[in-house]
Order: sequence, then C-alpha cells, then structure tokens
Amino acid sequence: MTLTRRDVENIAHLARLQVTEEELPVYVDSLSRILEFVEQLGSSETDAVQPMAHPLEEQVQRLRPDEVTEADRRELYQRNAPVVEAGLYLVPKVIE
Amino acid sequence: MAELARGMRSREYSSEEVTRHFLERIESGNGRLNAFVTVTADRALQDARRADADIAAGRGGALTGVPVAHKDIFCTSGILTTCSSRMLSNFVAPYDATVVERLAAAGTVLLGKTNMDEFAMGSSNETSFYGPVRNPWDEARVPGGSSGGSAAAVAARLAPLATGTDTGGSIRQPAALTGLTGMKPTYGRVSRYGMVAFASSLDQAGVLAQTAEDAALVLEVMSGFDPRDSTSVDARVPAYSRELDAPVKGLKVGIIREFLGEGLEARTRDAVESALDAYRSLGAELVEVSLPALPLSVPTYYVVAPAECSSNLSRYDGVRFGHRCEDPKDLLDLYTRSRGEGFGAEVKRRIMTGTYVLSAGYYDAYYLKAQKVRSLINADFRQAFAQVDVLMGPTTPTPAFGIGEKVDDPVTMYLNDIYTIGANLAGLPAVSVPCGLVDGLPVGLQIIGPHFAESRLLAAAHAYQRETDWHRRAPQGWA
Repeated sequence: MTLTRRDVENIAHLARLQVTEEELPVYVDSLSRILEFVEQLGSSETDAVQPMAHPLEEQVQRLRPDEVTEADRRELYQRNAPVVEAGLYLVPKVIE
Repeated sequence: MAELARGMRSREYSSEEVTRHFLERIESGNGRLNAFVTVTADRALQDARRADADIAAGRGGALTGVPVAHKDIFCTSGILTTCSSRMLSNFVAPYDATVVERLAAAGTVLLGKTNMDEFAMGSSNETSFYGPVRNPWDEARVPGGSSGGSAAAVAARLAPLATGTDTGGSIRQPAALTGLTGMKPTYGRVSRYGMVAFASSLDQAGVLAQTAEDAALVLEVMSGFDPRDSTSVDARVPAYSRELDAPVKGLKVGIIREFLGEGLEARTRDAVESALDAYRSLGAELVEVSLPALPLSVPTYYVVAPAECSSNLSRYDGVRFGHRCEDPKDLLDLYTRSRGEGFGAEVKRRIMTGTYVLSAGYYDAYYLKAQKVRSLINADFRQAFAQVDVLMGPTTPTPAFGIGEKVDDPVTMYLNDIYTIGANLAGLPAVSVPCGLVDGLPVGLQIIGPHFAESRLLAAAHAYQRETDWHRRAPQGWA
C-alpha cells in the first residue's frame, strides 16, 4: 500500500496532528512501508476465525454499582491545566 | 537486592546509608547514561528514614528500605511524570499508580523516575524527548527499550531494581540487552491504574532486577486485584519467592522452532542453545514445538498497538493537562498544534498508523484482520501449552545495536521485538534471563509460560541462576 501526500494529510487531519511540510514526505515514506509490512497478514486464512477480544478468554468485564466513589479534587487536577478560570478550562471561542 | 534487604534487617547498615550510596552513584553516573529523568533525592532520604524506623520497630519486610526507580510512565503523586514526552514535560501527577502505592507500602525508597521511549513507543530508548539512554555495557549502544532507563540504571548499579512496562517486549528486550532478569507478568496480574496508557490490551507492568529471586520478591508485592483497573484479575497471588525452589527435573520445555531460524544472530543462538543444554542437564525434558502463526506477530502488533495508541492518545488535546501551543487561533488549531508540537516523530507515526487502520473502509482489512490473526497466535500458544510446561527461546535476535543505527527505518526497528511480541498478544507471562555475552554484550534467554504461571517461570529462571553466573556480571566500570 503506497500512500500519497493527500492520504497522509488526511490521516493527520483525522488524528488532529499538525505535520509540517518537511515532515510530510518522511511520513509518506514510513507509513507506506509500515502498511506494506503489515500486508503479509493477508497471507493467513482467517475466514472462520473469530477476532480476539481479550487476552484472557474466560475473563468477563466486571460491573460495579453506579455510585460516586471519587472525591471532588477539581482544584488539584486543574493545577496541571494550561489555562483555567473560575474552575473552568478555557479554550478559544467556539461559538461566535 | 535480597541480600541488601537482609543486611538492613540485620542492621549491618541502614536504609539511609544504602540510599545515599545509590544517590551518589546516580549523581556520578547519570550524566553518562541519561537513565533518570527525575531524581527524587529528598524524598528518597525521607523514605529511607521512615524505613529505618520501621526496621527498628520490628516492622521490616522483604523490601523495607530497598531503593527503587520507577519508569516515568507510572504516576507518582506530586512528582513530575513525563512519559519522556514533551507533551507531559510539565505534568505533575495528582495521584500514585497502584504499582507505586504498593511498593511504597512495602517500605521501598523512591530514587527517581527513569527515562524511556516516548510513551513507551520504541525498542531503543532513542525516541525519548530527554535524549537517548546509553547502555552501560557499551555507551555507544542502546540499552533497548522502551524501559531503557530502568534497564541501564539497574545494570549500572545506580538502582538495585526498577519497574518497567511491557507492551511488545519493553521489559524483556532491555533486560536482555543489559544483562538483567526482566519479567512481564500475565495480562491483568498487575494493575494498570496510574500507568500512562499506550495499548491497553497489551500493556502490563513488571520488574527489572538482577536475579529471579529479586524479581519474585517485587512481583509478589506489585501483583494483585485492583478494582480501579477494569481488566485487573481477581485471583490469589502466590508467594513467588517461596516457590523458587520448585524442581526443574521433569519440566517439559518446548523449544519454539520459529524462533531459531533465519534472523537470529549466530552467537546469540549459541548462547541460547548453551542455556537449553543447562536445562537438559538439570533434568528438564526438551521438545521442539511449532507455532506456525507466530511469525505474523510483528505485523499483527503493528496494527493492534497503533490502533489502541491512536485512541488512547486522543486525550492529549492541550485543554486539561499537558503541552499547549502558544496563541491558538481556534479550537482546531489548539488541538493540531498542541499535539504536533507535543508528540515526537515515532509517536506521531504510530498515531497516524492507528488512525489509518481504524478509518472507515480500512478497518476490516487491517484491524479486524489483525485481531483474527491474534486469535490464531493465541490458539498456537494454547496448543503448545497442552504439550509443554514452558516455552524457551531467545529474547532478542542480536545483542545491543548502536545508537542511531536503526532510527531511520521503523520496520527494521520493529523487528527487534520479533520474539517478545507473541507473549503480549496472548497475554502470557514471560521472563528474560541473562544467558551469555557476545563480544562483551549480554544476551537473554526468554521463558514464556501459560497464563498465571509466573511461579513456574521464576523457579525455572532461579534454577538456571544457581548453576550459572551470567546474572552476576556487571558492565566494566560499573561494578
């Protein structure tokens, strides 16, 4: 699978990643090589095979009671935030 | 480490003295190796004094007062937790990972946080935002990755033990390349709570130590059910350190045919074969087994792991924590520039690979296909373990390679993990044990077991370490 510049620009947009002009050809090349490499998966016969969902097949996802278990630690958590005001996370204006 | 702890309990020396010794070694050696991102000297001495008080009061356990280094992927409350990424270069964790909490409760002393491949994505520790870690056996070579800082620190005796995480070989491969015993337990055995996520169905925490005995002592503390991790397994944890003397005589060992073929460097193969001979002499019964789907484990991994990574790393958006770009002009610009600046090249490559294989029109061809092949690999292991107790083979195809040697070709780099990835895909426990030197560089024997067979693996490793001294060798200048 050989990707084009357009493909990589599109993937980068979907992933919300800025990729510079200089980086773009590098990713076109390396992502194409990775996809080419993983194409050997096609050589295995898997029509009757179930996809694996969990490494431990017998393991069942646990349920827990729908109860509040966490204390309110907003102030502590917001110490890592780039910009907060009045307990709110600030982002550029979304709605004019 | 086990002797160190005994010495403290018998009051030959204090934890404070031991801790100062390691802090001095870090101080003088870390400039060369770049193994630590953060050194927590004050905290270490505080922990040590508390441990000494506990020992004096007769409350000392097997790990009381023992210094430990944590891979910088584990959240440590009030301490920088960077994952070796610019994205988290300003992140002070607001809580402790369960692994950190359990080891602290056992009385260990926190020396600091170790360098790693960015977000654990790499096999050479060259993708770190903080620069490559050097292998103490040869400073022009890589220590392996992604737990490269933990490996270099323990190998160079800057720490008696260190934690690591293993998504595709990130404990076992660096352990092999630095002459250590490194174990990845069964998926679900150790809590992932507070461990920065890369690929959640594969990530598992473990330990890098000098001996199987040390690894056993640490793992029995780290392991166990944690309701805060939804895939944590609620099952009793055996006292691994008390089961180390289980005899190897009669152990059925499967030699994986697919692991001894093309691609394995000749003298690494010789070292592994000598180790297999040692097991034969100990009375183990060796048989060749074939796992035909196993050669597909690397391509399977490089679909599944990037897919999970692209999903997990979508949380870094420049809004709630982590790097944020200057003067974003709108929300899209905030996301794309913060992520573009915050992540390094390999992380971006994996996010984009994952985004592509999960995107509409390609999901079935790549992701679903890979999860089906994963089932085949899992079935191969299951079938093998119906015939044998453990599987053995090399941990890596070659000894440590040079810094810069493989950075330009991601596919060549990915093939370093060819022998380790299978255990992650099937959720199996596996250990790497030092088994020789090739041109003065360590290589490892890998032992893989069925789910929850950690005791069996550690006992097999311990039996080998009683017969050999590879695990006692220290790199020149660091003994």
